[in-house]
This record gives sequence, C-alpha cells and structure tokens, in this order.
Amino acid sequence: MANAIKRGVSLYSYQEETYLQKMTLEDVIAASARMGALGIEVVSEQSFWGYPAPLPDATYDHWHALMDKYGTTPVCHDLMLDYKKYKGRLMPFEEQVASMKVDIAHAARLGCPFTRALVSISPEVLAAVAPYAEEKGVKVLIEVHAPLHFDHPWIQRHYEVMEKLGSDHLGFLPDMGIFVKRFPRVWKERFIRQGCPEKVADHIEQAYEARTLAEYVINDVEKMKAGPAAMAMVTTLRHNLYANPRRMLEFMHRIHNIHAKFYEMTADLVEPSIPYEEIIPVLVEGGYQGYLCSEYEGNRWVEDAFPVDSVEQVRRQQAMFERLLSPKPTAHAA
Amino acid sequence: MFDKYMICEDGFRNVEEGGQVVGFAFGARLPYYRGLGLSMVEEIAVAVDGQAYPREAIRFSVRGRSWTLDEMEAEYEDRWNFGEVAEIRVLTPGGLASGAHTVELAERLRISYLPFEPTTRDAKTLIIA
Repeated sequence: MANAIKRGVSLYSYQEETYLQKMTLEDVIAASARMGALGIEVVSEQSFWGYPAPLPDATYDHWHALMDKYGTTPVCHDLMLDYKKYKGRLMPFEEQVASMKVDIAHAARLGCPFTRALVSISPEVLAAVAPYAEEKGVKVLIEVHAPLHFDHPWIQRHYEVMEKLGSDHLGFLPDMGIFVKRFPRVWKERFIRQGCPEKVADHIEQAYEARTLAEYVINDVEKMKAGPAAMAMVTTLRHNLYANPRRMLEFMHRIHNIHAKFYEMTADLVEPSIPYEEIIPVLVEGGYQGYLCSEYEGNRWVEDAFPVDSVEQVRRQQAMFERLLSPKPTAHAA
Repeated sequence: MFDKYMICEDGFRNVEEGGQVVGFAFGARLPYYRGLGLSMVEEIAVAVDGQAYPREAIRFSVRGRSWTLDEMEAEYEDRWNFGEVAEIRVLTPGGLASGAHTVELAERLRISYLPFEPTTRDAKTLIIA
C-alpha cells in the first residue's frame, strides 16, 4: 500500500557523541541527512546550551543555515517544563503556562510545526496554551510514553480535554516504546552484567512475554532474594508494556509526530524488542502522513561494557524503515 | 546514563588559595540527556578513599560562577548544561596527598516527570600529581 510517511530523527539519538562533544550539531544533522532522515527533531535543552534562557539570534540563524545546507526540515522541539523547579512545591499554574509559551515561541523560531510536551504535563495547562499555539502555528503534542498508553485514564483525560476544546493545535506524539513486545535483550544483558542471576533474568523475560502482571512477577522475584540487580530488572516491568498498535487508529486524527524509539538494531536490521513490521502497517492503514523520528535509547544499556555507535544504530533503523515503507511488490502483478 | 562520564579523567588537583592548600577539585558532568537548572540539583556527594565529605564542604563552579549546594538549590536562572564539565571543589585543609585516590561521586537530581529523585554514581581512581 502506498503511504506518505516520512523519515526523520530526533537528535536525542546521538546523545553519546554530543555529550562527549565528539559530534557537533552540524555533524549530527549531516549524518541524518546522509541516511535520508530529512526531518529533524531536537531536544533543545540538549542541543542548545543555556536554553530555555533566550538564545542569541545567531543560534537560530545557524540552525536554519544547517537545514538549508543539508536539505533537512525542522519537525519538532521537545519541551520539558520543569514544574518541579522549586524544591518542595510545584510551579504555579500560570508560570507553567508561561514556560510552555516560551517553548512554543522557540519551536516557531526553529521552524518546527510541532512541540513535544512531556506526558506528565496536565491537560489543563495544555488547554490554556492552545490559543497561543494556534497563534504561533505550532501544534502541542503530548507524548504517549510508557508506562502510559492510549487507553490509560490519564491519556483518555487528555483526549477528552482536546476534543472538548476542539483545538486542532493539541494532539499526541506516541513513543513506540509503548509497543515493547519482547523484553529488550540489551536490558537483560546489562542486568546480568550487574549481577542478576541468569535464571532469574530468564524468568523475568518469560514472565514479561507471558504478559504477567508486573506486581506478581515482582513479588516472585522478591522471594528469590536474588539481589539488587534482579530487583532493578523486575521493576522495569512496571514501566514497560506491549500495547496493541491498532489502538492508535482511533486517535490518528490527533497523531502528528512519532518517536520511533529503539534499544538495539542488529546487523541484519532487526529491532528485537519493538515490532516495527507490525506497527508501520497500522500507521499506513490509518493514513499517517507525518515523520517517524528515530529515537535511539540503547546507549545507556550498553555503555558500561561496549563502545556506543549511535550513528550506526540510527542508520540501521533508517534502513529498516526504508524497507518497511517501500510499497510491497504485489504477488500477481497485472 | 552517562554514569561512567560523571567524573572527568582530567582536572583532579589540590586547590591553593593565599599560599595554603584549601582543598581539592575535579571535573564533573551531569548524568542526564539534557541540561538542568541548578535548583534541581539536590545533592553532589563526594568521598575519597572511603571518606565522605560534608555537604557544606562542596562548591560547584561553572563558567566562572560558584555556588554552595544550598545556594545552588535557590539558583533559578543558571544551568548545568548537557555534557558541560563543571568543577567540583571540596574544601578540606591540606587537600589530598600526592598519589592515587579513589574518588566517588553521587549526584541526586529532581527530574519533573520522574516519581522519585534519582541518584547516579561514578567512581574512578585518579592521581594527584
């Protein structure tokens, strides 16, 4: 089936190289363009030192010059909203709204049609910024991130507020980490390196794949007295899930960007834990026309024992997307 | 994440002021995928060769400005940027003896979207020249 899905990358993916200053902003944009990932998403508090303090004009000029030079397109600015900025008290509502307006204006200056709002931001704050988002031409997308999912009451409440308000400048940005079908190998291996006995790791992995309620498995492993690494591994079950990708279909009119989360891409271009071969046909069926932005989050699982090569990992995921997005040759060509 | 990069390999030294060794210092990074406002850094704990230093002995410096940990928690403008190397200074008269030392660093951060305040740790053997 033909589709209009585009390939992009969140610069979050290259955090290992940018943190150590082995790659510059230009390097990571150039690398993305070489893979054909022409949509660029940015975590501004990562890529622009000082942000959310006002940035100099030169920063924006440089950004746009890079977009022109490499033929890339700004897609999304990921906003954080530090509502716990003050110890012991939450940021007042009006200040949260003002903080989000700074991000919306920044997204507009970057040329991003979308800004990602963290999943824990309240629906009321989003509703309050919707008129400003419309004025700036930036859609504010709440990230549907594990352990939340489209059927969780918190996301349902966001949806109700969006629909009641009727603004087309609020929506969703699902993170594909809500579709972790198999326990990620790189996680299991790291917990074993940290001292989780292999038999316990196997038990947790099997329980995950059997979809056993996390609390039951945690209780089992507590009784095994297998140590802190085993407990750390089993408690990941509280925060991860395999939701049904088809649940996106009902919300497709509000889904405008996607975090193509991945933990590992093998040399033969497979993500062992997140089944993109099942997810992409759902997006095609739903008529999704936005970007699939690679979001590599494997570095933290391998950095203790192996060199991290984010660029190669993203390249492999992009190659997988290229294959999965190509129209399939029909069996009986006329 | 980035646990093993928290303590920098370079920059471990005794600090002299007015001809006196007043403590020691080393470079450190934030174990996080973005920068963070200083008010959200709740603790920077340092131990050397198993000896922990009191919170009051710690100074945090970045881009020429310096804070105690209490001052840092009330700093709502400045930030510890992504990957930025800050200097952690520990005030202890006489500093450290020349030679190898095991340096342990723990940073506790208040991350808005997390239901707990994570503490991340690193330990390295570094040498005072």
